[in-house]
Formats: sequence, structure tokens, C-alpha cells
Amino acid sequence: MAVELDVFVGNTTIMDEEVYQLWLDGYTVNDAVKVRMEGGVMEECEASADVLLSDTMDQYRTFQMCERLLHSPAKLANQLLFQIPPNRQAILIERYYAFDDAFVREVLGKKLSKGTKKDLDDIGAKTGVTLKSCRRQFDNFKRVFKVVEELKGPLVENIRQHFLLSDKLARDYAAIVFFANNRFETGKRKLQYLTFQDFAFCAGQLINNWTVGAVDNMVEDMDVDLDKEFLQELKELKILITDKDLLDQHKSLVCTALRGKTKAFNEMEANFKNLSRGLINIAAKLTNTKDVRDFFIDLVEKFIEPCRSDRWTAADMKLYLTHYTNSAHILDTFKHQVVWDRYMGVIKSCIFKMYHD
Amino acid sequence: MPGKLKARIVAGRHLPVMDRASDLTDAFVEVKFGNTTFKTDVCPKSLNPQWNSEWFKFEVDDEDLQDEPLQVTVLDHDTYSANDAIGKVYIDIDPLLCSEAASVISGWFPIYDTIHGIRGEINVLVKVELFNDLNRFRQSSCGVKFFCTTSIPRCYRAAMVHGFVEELVVNEDPEYQWIDRIRTPRASNEARQRLISLMSGELQRKIGLKVLEMGGNAVVGYLQCFDLEGESGLVVRAIGTACTLDKLSSGSAPNTNTHMHPNTAPASNACNSPSKDGKEPVFGEDLLSSSGPPTPFRALPTSSSSPPPFSPSKPCSRQSSSSDTDLSLTPKTGMGSGGSAGKEAGPLKTLLRQQTQTALEQREFPFFTLTSFPPGFLVHVGGVVSARSVKLLDRIHNPDEPETRDAWWEEIRQEIKSHAKALGCHAVVGYSESTSICEEVCILSASGTAAILNPRYMREGCLDMGITDHRFEEPSPPSCGFCHIPYDELNMPFPAQLTYCYHCRRQKVPDVLFTTIDLPPEAAVTGKGCLIQARLCRLKKKAQGEVNATAISNLLPFMEYELHTQLMNKLKLRSMNALFGLHIQISVGENMLLGLASATGVYLTALPAPGGIQIAGKTPGDLSNEQHILTIQKRINDTIAKNKELYQINPPKLFALDPEVFCGINMELTEEVVGSPIPDPRQRSRLFRSHSESSDEVSELDLSHGKKDAFVLEIDDTDAVEDIHSLLTDAPTPTGFYSCNTEVMPGIYNWTSGVQMFTSVRVLRLSNANLTNQGLNKIFTDLCENLLKSFYFKLRSMIPCCLCRLNFTVAVPEEELIQVAVTAVAMTFDKDQTQEKPAEKAITKGCSETEDQLQFPLELCADASSANNQPSSKISGVPETTNVSSRDRCSTWLELLRLKAHTIRRGSVKTISSLDRSSPLPEGRSRSLRSNRSFAGGSVTVVKMTPLSFLPGTRIIKYLGIINMFFIRETSSLREEGGVSGFLHSFIAEVFAMVRAHVAALGGNAVVSYSMKECVFMENPNKNQAQCLINVSGDAVICVRETDQEPIPSMTNIGQTCTSGTDGAT
Repeated sequence: MAVELDVFVGNTTIMDEEVYQLWLDGYTVNDAVKVRMEGGVMEECEASADVLLSDTMDQYRTFQMCERLLHSPAKLANQLLFQIPPNRQAILIERYYAFDDAFVREVLGKKLSKGTKKDLDDIGAKTGVTLKSCRRQFDNFKRVFKVVEELKGPLVENIRQHFLLSDKLARDYAAIVFFANNRFETGKRKLQYLTFQDFAFCAGQLINNWTVGAVDNMVEDMDVDLDKEFLQELKELKILITDKDLLDQHKSLVCTALRGKTKAFNEMEANFKNLSRGLINIAAKLTNTKDVRDFFIDLVEKFIEPCRSDRWTAADMKLYLTHYTNSAHILDTFKHQVVWDRYMGVIKSCIFKMYHD
Repeated sequence: MPGKLKARIVAGRHLPVMDRASDLTDAFVEVKFGNTTFKTDVCPKSLNPQWNSEWFKFEVDDEDLQDEPLQVTVLDHDTYSANDAIGKVYIDIDPLLCSEAASVISGWFPIYDTIHGIRGEINVLVKVELFNDLNRFRQSSCGVKFFCTTSIPRCYRAAMVHGFVEELVVNEDPEYQWIDRIRTPRASNEARQRLISLMSGELQRKIGLKVLEMGGNAVVGYLQCFDLEGESGLVVRAIGTACTLDKLSSGSAPNTNTHMHPNTAPASNACNSPSKDGKEPVFGEDLLSSSGPPTPFRALPTSSSSPPPFSPSKPCSRQSSSSDTDLSLTPKTGMGSGGSAGKEAGPLKTLLRQQTQTALEQREFPFFTLTSFPPGFLVHVGGVVSARSVKLLDRIHNPDEPETRDAWWEEIRQEIKSHAKALGCHAVVGYSESTSICEEVCILSASGTAAILNPRYMREGCLDMGITDHRFEEPSPPSCGFCHIPYDELNMPFPAQLTYCYHCRRQKVPDVLFTTIDLPPEAAVTGKGCLIQARLCRLKKKAQGEVNATAISNLLPFMEYELHTQLMNKLKLRSMNALFGLHIQISVGENMLLGLASATGVYLTALPAPGGIQIAGKTPGDLSNEQHILTIQKRINDTIAKNKELYQINPPKLFALDPEVFCGINMELTEEVVGSPIPDPRQRSRLFRSHSESSDEVSELDLSHGKKDAFVLEIDDTDAVEDIHSLLTDAPTPTGFYSCNTEVMPGIYNWTSGVQMFTSVRVLRLSNANLTNQGLNKIFTDLCENLLKSFYFKLRSMIPCCLCRLNFTVAVPEEELIQVAVTAVAMTFDKDQTQEKPAEKAITKGCSETEDQLQFPLELCADASSANNQPSSKISGVPETTNVSSRDRCSTWLELLRLKAHTIRRGSVKTISSLDRSSPLPEGRSRSLRSNRSFAGGSVTVVKMTPLSFLPGTRIIKYLGIINMFFIRETSSLREEGGVSGFLHSFIAEVFAMVRAHVAALGGNAVVSYSMKECVFMENPNKNQAQCLINVSGDAVICVRETDQEPIPSMTNIGQTCTSGTDGAT
């Protein structure tokens, strides 16, 4: 005696948020039933394990049927197969496109290719995210990437409109797309302490200030590619370290401003030239794709690590960078103020975000 | 050429990719009606084509308009090979043929393919221009309205109920034609879908003609069924109740009594061929098995309503009634004379009754498919009548002369009619027919409730109830009148215990009452109701032909008897005394029969309290056995006590001051408040109880079930033990849930707007080859119980909620397979209010539910003052006048009823309090509705579906036409589609989607009286194949929030106060 067929279909599609999460997390039906049993849902309604199993299977089936629609969320709103109230639709979409920070941290900056997809089981094992869930998240990244790749207009806005995501999630996806497109290196050991949110913040900064879209907002790929002209112009900044006078002048201006304001003053004074060289060299090399990829590792190696070993506080860092940036304006022989601001604005906020344990 | 059909193809969206190379589709559309086909241009390389076609015009007969569907086929253009079909949409034109229904069909329809399911959507516009046709001999019946709803639709008034209409058409099943061997499954499925659509159209048209002949303009309670007889053919049959309906426009007065139908009488005479009338039913010839158990089955009662002088109304024999025919004119003249009518009510009534009987008997079948009625329509209820017959199918030779099938049903109907007569009743209400087919054997079943009806609706010339009303005012209050026995006490058709009505103490009532109808809204009920099911499996030997049929028909009576015993036991176990909505299904398989009886149990205040259940051992002396019996007895007693608490059954006589005791308390309190000179009810009840006891003694000789009070179950063998165990294994519904199979749950009145309709199907494979009956019963019972448990669990977020219209359908699709399909609706209600109500009522002495109870003491009061039982003019007079003035404000029957209740009360009690109460209610409701509304922001219209005739918190403002759809889905990649469950899950979801799309295209936002009438599922897992047929029906409607309307709130829900209605009256 066995249940051969068992279905339950509501005119308004019934979806249990808890089961949806279990499904998204890649639990098998049986594991999901176990989790639900432990969650105590049975006592709530005098249900038995059979009832729970049947309910879980129904819900899983519903989700599987919906999955196709979730791939192009705009369809969910005008499809006729499932009658789902709009607020529920929004929840479904948002949850479907949600991702695990641990997982995305592993994939960030990698090429969204078949090769990466093959490594998903390793990533799954490492992060504790089920393979099924890894696949879903990876496919989501890839899908969003493919769609926005060909679109004009601001990246975040495109993602939000095409995938009906919340602003926060759309920004995160923009970061993922941006990282994947520029293949930023994020996996090195030295970068391990950085969270996805740190990178997402930096990505936002880069998108808003360094891309083509920052100056012209109607070009293709405007938010995904860095502004080549700008990168070229960055070479001009080299004068700040190659010109001895300028370097000394800059140092003295900064030191005057900092003196007495921080305990780390001595270290700052001693390291000034090194640090300045580090930052300017990063700027000068960004025309090479290879060096763009190493942007974050360079920031950490050339700037953050020396500062950390000198035990600068976050406040010290803020103080230093503010004065470092502003002092350049007073240098009369330094003509590249606009480029300097565009560069340092981003560097400053990225380093602020990245300077933690 | 009386009609022009116009169609325009606007656009498509979400089309499937048909060209792998380009990942696109070159789509075009063929629009076909009858034999004419138009094509759109090809819209190249697009999955969202815009055709914006011209108007395609079809000039057709209205007959074809009724029969044929508009067929829209979407294809992919292919230059080199044949064009590939993407899918089809069948659009039923019928709703456009009735001026009162929809005027245009416009919207997105799912493109459906029987192999692939839904493949995108297409936007279509359809209009019809009808020319007036004066041809008297026309074959079409455009304009006759059809309703699935089994009550008078909410925005109509029944000017006249003409009665039973039936028709059937037969054809060869395309699936079994020779050509099926060479065509594709898709072609075969489409041929079948199209044929059934055509047949339904034809059937509807033919029934419409009959209705026109009778002088009616609508069919209510339209029930259409398919019999897939396999080799021998395909039968589509339908029954319904012909009515003349008047539209109630909310502003205008409905009482303009100009709805005369001069030619009604001749017409109806003509169609009830008198020759057939006298014919005695003939059965017993072939393999006809007559109805169920000899006892209470067809019985179960009500009393004669006639006042004492006429009280023992003769059992209505054919002779007496026919001799009354010449009297039939008298009441009419009497009516005309006006004035003194009130006093004459008694004798007049009797005359009228005889007259109706005559009127009804002139009809071949005085059957009504309605299950709830305008107030006053139903006078007495006799009990359930049913008949079954086993037939052997053979090929239908001439589809144009479906005589055999007609004769079979005729036979069954005659039997039903004679059963009703035996119960002293002249009509059958809540009537339905069904079949179960296995190979060549077919069980035909019919059942209904024997009843006596008020003549008012049956005769022409007195259609306007407002004027005639008071003269035929029931001497017995509506809250119990229908329970009074219709048959002669001394000449009972079956043994039963009669007592005086516990409500009015004047007429006799039976100890239990079984019916197939809904609980009349005016009935007085104690506590809440609940779903009661009896389930039964019986193994039978595999056999062929006549041997098989004989075996089945031999088994049937035993099954019915056992089902009935189970129902009775379960009813007692819940301490209830009446069943409503009883539906018994017996399904036949190759090696077993399945029986499932579902009903809603209630405690009718008017009926005596059920005695307990007593267990008796056959072998006294055996100590261990006696011990065992004692434990069982204790368990039973505990269950009864628990159930009483659960369903809040505290009959009046207990007088516990528990705030949850609705009726008892209310009666008490109101009496005190009113200060009427009624004797203390306690005394009265005692008085009458002694009476009833004596009558018990008289009838005790006849009792089949033993002692006075307790119902004795004898344990003599293991079977009996099993039975008792199964009795006790029904799990109680979890807290916060109620369930019933009637429209609404007796005892719950404050519905909120949460509605979730669902369909669930389960198929069980019996692996154990040598199962016993007992084992099978257990499996079947568990299957049903587990289904219910699943529902409760899934719908737990809706608590407090009630599952209404739980409709179980069982089938044995194959040997060793049991299939149960359930459709129901879960509705939320406001729990707090339920709890507050009694207290509130007690203080304010005038809220909705009290009305029923209030009427009781008032009636008593009248009785007390005029011992002769004539309604005192003070009471019946005052409300009448108010009634007339307020009548134009009523938009539904229910409301009218409630108004009456209000006004009657008004005669002696203050009602201000009910106005106070009105304010919190709409507020709460609107809040919940608003939240609902915010959902509707999407681009797809939200279409609610419900098997009930209404949606709580809303008012139906327009009926757009009947929805009757038939779909086939087949797959040869079952595993890829998620196995059988995945396949059926998506198919059911697709069916819902297509129903919703059609309703939305008609301009509607809801389907009421929705039902899934057929769900035939076949699988062949080895071949990776499955096929399923689903037939659904319902009424497409537009409804608006109750709070959105003009000053008049319509009483969509039983028990909600009609506060503004009362406003109007004042």
C-alpha cells in the first residue's frame, strides 16, 4: 500500500516561507521534513510525519514549477498559471535572488564560466552551502550578468528593473557583475579578512566614480568598464613621487597638518614617502588589465598592511588620508587636481572600508 | 442568419521557442467557427507577437452560436515543412448570447496544448451581434440563463419555479473510433475536447428550449455530467431547475407584480405529457436494485404544518389528490378577496397544499436541484430518498435516439418519486444524479430529499409574494417548521420515534433527520456542525457481464445499510440529530466497491437530543469480555462528552449558564427581557417531554434500533469490534478548524474575507493482494482522514477557519488503485466575535443570530394568546406593512428573510442595539478587504474561486454566464514532468488558470458554485505515459465589496445583521 499520487493545488498558490527557504537552501525533501519536525511545526497543528512529508513535497513541486518564472521575474507578474499576490511575488523573487555571503565571497571576481561552475562542489564543501544552493546562486549571478551585459543605462537601475529586486540586493548584484567583469582578485590569503560587503561597498565606489557611466550615462557597458581615459590620466599623478620637490613639499604640508593630532605621527612621518609611492604607483599601473585585477591586493599590500603594522587606528587613517588628499591641492606645481580628486575620493572610501581586522 | 460573431486577435506573449536555430517563433493564428476559418499574418521572429488583426466576422445561426465554441489555434509558420501547432484556446460564446450577462470577451487566454500544457498566452477580443428572431419554431434558446448555483442567484428573485428539466445527448467517443489508431494522441484529444464542447453546447441549447416551453427564463442548479462509457460511447447529460427569475436592480423596487405569464400554464401542461403521468413506475425487471436500507433512510421527517383541525393530513395518495383538482381554483379566488385572509389561513393552506400537490403531480417529476430556497418555499422535509440501478452498457447504436439511457434514468426517477410519495411528500428537493462506470457495468444513482413545498412558487397568478404572503403565513415558525413530519403519524412509512417539536411544542418531529439540502438559514441550531463521513469498502469477485452486474446489485443494499449505520453512529457520537447535504457515492471497480457518504451533522434545536450509544456484549459471563466492553463504553461516553464540548452542543434543557450556549441562553434571556407571559420553558419542556415519552412508548414496538434513549451496539464478533474502533478513530478537527460539506457551517456567522479554494487528489495503490474487507475499510478510512489532516495542516495560517463544501469524490481507476479527489474552500471567520456574541446578545437582546430564537418565544406568545394557533394579527400584520415598504430595499431572499425576522421582532422588542452593532463590523471587514485589495495591483486580474454561491464580505452584482470547461492532458514523458504528482499538479494548476482567464475575459472577478465534476486519471508508468481528463463548472460573476455599495447591504452571509435594511424599513 503506497501513496501513488498526492497533490494539493490552491486557487491562490499556497507557499510556506519556511519551506521555501529550505528549498532554496538545497535541502532534500526528507531533510526538509526533518528540519520542520525539529522546528516544532507538528505540535502547532497536530500533524503527523506523513502530513508533513506530503505538504513538503507539494511545496517543493510548486517551487520547481515557479522556478522557470523566477528566472525572468517580470514574467511572474503577468503569468496566469499561479495566482500569487504581488507582495508574495516580491518575497519569492527577493529570496530566490538572495545569496550566502560566504558563497559569494568565494566566487567574487571569478569568471562566471562553466569552469567555475565545476568547482562549485568544492566551494560548497568549504562554505557549508549545499551544492544545489550553490548552483542556484551561481546561475543567478550568471543570469543577471548576461542580461545587464547588453543593456544601456545605469547598472543598479537595470538590475532592479529587470529582476524586480530591492535596492540593496540590486546594488549587491551590481557589485558581483562588476567584479566578475573586471575579474578583481579577491581570493588571496591577504584579502581573506575582507567580507563581501566590504567589496560591495568598494564596487559601488568604483562604479559611481571610475566607470564611463560616471561621466556619460548613455553608453553600453557604461557601469561595468572602467573609464579608459581616466586610467590614462592617472599616469600623470606620477609626478607626485617622481618630482623630488613635489614629494617633499607634499610631505611637509601633510606633516604640518598632522603634527600633534595623533599618536602615530612619527610613523606617519617616517612612512610618508613609501605610502605615497604605493598609492601613486597603483594609480599609474591601472591601465594594465592585470594590475586592475590586483587593485585590492595592492591596496592591502602597499598601504593597509604597513599602516596596520604601525598600529594606526581607523581615526588615524582617516586623518592621514584626508590631509594627504587635501594637501595636494596646495601644491602649486601640481596641475592634475580633478584627476587627483576622482582617484583619491574612491581610494579614501575604499581604504576606510577595508581598514579593519 | 440571426447572428454575427466577431473576433480579433490582438497579441501573444510568452510563446514557446519553436525554432531552435533562432530561439524564436514565427507565429500566426487561425480562428475557426463552425466550418469557417480565418488566418492572421505571420508575425516573424517574436515570442511576444503583435498581430492586431482586423475583425474576423462569422455570420452564423444562433443555434450554432449556442453549440459551437470559437476555436483559436496558434501555429508556428514553417516555410519548408508543415506548420507546427503551438496550442489552442476554445472560447465558449454562450455568455455573449444573453443580454444580462457579458457583452464582450476580451483578455489574455492561456494557449493550451493537450501534450505540453500551457504555452504562452494570447489576447483575443470577441463580440456577438444578435438579430431578433421571431421564428416560433426556432431551435435555439438564446437568452435562457444558466446557473450552477443551487439556490436562487443572489441578484435575482424567483418569480416562479417551474421545476425539473433534463436532457441527455450521446455520441461515439473519438478515442474509441477506428481513426484513433492512425492519428496522433494530440489529434485524438483535441477531437474529444471539441466533441464534448459541442455536446455540452447542444445539451444546454436543448434544455434551454424546454425552459422556454415551460415559460421560464433560467435554469438554476444546472448540473451537467459526462459518462465516459468507453466502447459504448460518450453520454453528456444534464439536469436543472427551470425558473422565471426577475433581476433585482438594487435601486428599483422588485415588487412590481407585472410578471404575469399568461401562457405558462398551458405551456407547462403541454410539456408534462399527461399520458406519462398516470404510469406506474416499473422496476425490478433487469438489474435494478432499489434504494437503500428499509428503514430511516428514505425516511426522516417533518410534521404536517396544518393547524389542528386539519392536522392528521391524509397520506397523500394519488386518488385523493387527483380528486382535489377541481378545488384548485378555490384558493385563487380566496386570495383575490383579500381582507379576512389572516383568519382563513388554516383552511386555505390546506386547500393550497392540495392544490400544489396537484400542480406538482401533474409534472412528471416534481424534482428540484436546488439545495437552498427562498424563505417559506420549503414547508416540510421528509427525509432522504435515493435509488440506484446497475446496468450493462452496450453500444449506442443510434446517437440521435438515446432512448435506452433516457429510459434508464426515467426508471430511477420514477422510483425516487414513489419513495417521496411514501414519505407523504409531493416533491423532491436537493436532487442529483450520478453514475459510476467500470468496464461495461454502470451504476446509476439518484438521490434527493422528499419535501412538501409551498405552492406559492409553483402557480402562476400569485407570483407576488408581498401581497399574498401573510395569508399563507406558516403557523409553525420557520426555524423548526421544516422539521415537522409530513407523513401521517399513525401510518408511518418506517419506524421512527416521534416527539413533539422541541421548539414550538406543537407538531411532531422525528428523532433524526437526514437531508441532501443545505441547512435552511432560518433553522434553529444548537452549537456548531461538523463534517460526518461514512466510508466503506467491499471486495467483490472479478466477473463479466450479467454475473458481475448481479453481484454488484446484490452488494448495493448492504453497502447502503452499512453506510447508513455508520452515519447514524457517528452522528450520535457527536451528539447531533440531523444531517444536511448528505451525499452518498458508490463507486465500482473491478474487484471492489467503494462507498463514501458525506454530510454535515448538526443539532437541530427542534429535534430531541440524541441518546448515547450503548455497547452490549452477546456473550455475558465472559469476564474479560465484559471488561473490554466496559472500556469501550467508557471511551464512547468520553468521546460524546468531548464532542459536546467541542461543538458547543448544550441543548436548552441543560440551562447551564455557560456563555457559549447560544440557544439555550438566548431563549431564556429574551423571554425574560420581553417579559412575555409564557410559562417557564422548563416546565413546558418537562410537560412536553412526558408527552413525547408516551409517544415513544407507543412507537417503541416498531423500533429497529432498540431502546428509548441509548442506541445499542452489540458486539458479537470481531467485525463489530472493528466497527466500533473505526467509529472512534475519526480524529477530531484541530483547534481553530471546522469543516462541513454544506455551503456554510451552522453556528458560524461572522465570515471574514479570507478565501482559499483548493483541489486535492490522492491515489493509493493497494499492494497487498489478499486484503480483507476490514483491512480495506481501514485503508480507505485512513486515506480520507489523512487527506483532512493534510488540509488542516496546509491551511493552518488561516485559523480560525472553516472548510466549507468539502466535496469528496472516490473512484477505482484500476484494480488496486483508490482515488480520492477533494474540492473545498477554506474561509476565515472572526473568532473573537463568536465568543463575544452570546454575551453581547444577552445584553443588547437583538443581534442577528438571536432572531431565530427570538421568533420562537414570540410565536409562543401568539399561541398562548390565541389558543387556536391562528397567527395573531398583531404579529403577522405589523411586519407585513413594514415588509412591503422595505421590500424594495431587499436584494436577496436571505435579506428578505432577515428583514422579516427583524420586523417581527420589532413588533415587541426594541431593536436599536442591532444598529449599534453595525458599526464595528463593516469597519473590520473593510480593513481586511483593503489589505486584500492591495494584492490586486498586479497586471493580472485576481479571480477568486469558491464552491459556495457567495464570497464572504462581497456582493455579487452580475452573473456573467456559466463556465463549463473540459480539458484533456496527456504526456509521454511522465518522469520528466515530475512523475504522476508533478503531471497532475501542473494540470490542475493549468485548469485553474484557464478558468480564471476566461472569467477575467468576461469581465468577472470571481467564480461561484465552482466544482470539479470529473477528474479521470490514467497512467502507464512503464510506458512513461499518463492521461487526465478534468471537467469543471461554475458561475462567472462580478462582485464588489459589501462596503462599496449603495445604502443596501446584501446579506451574503447567514447571520450578519441587515442593519441598513432595517434602516430602510423605519
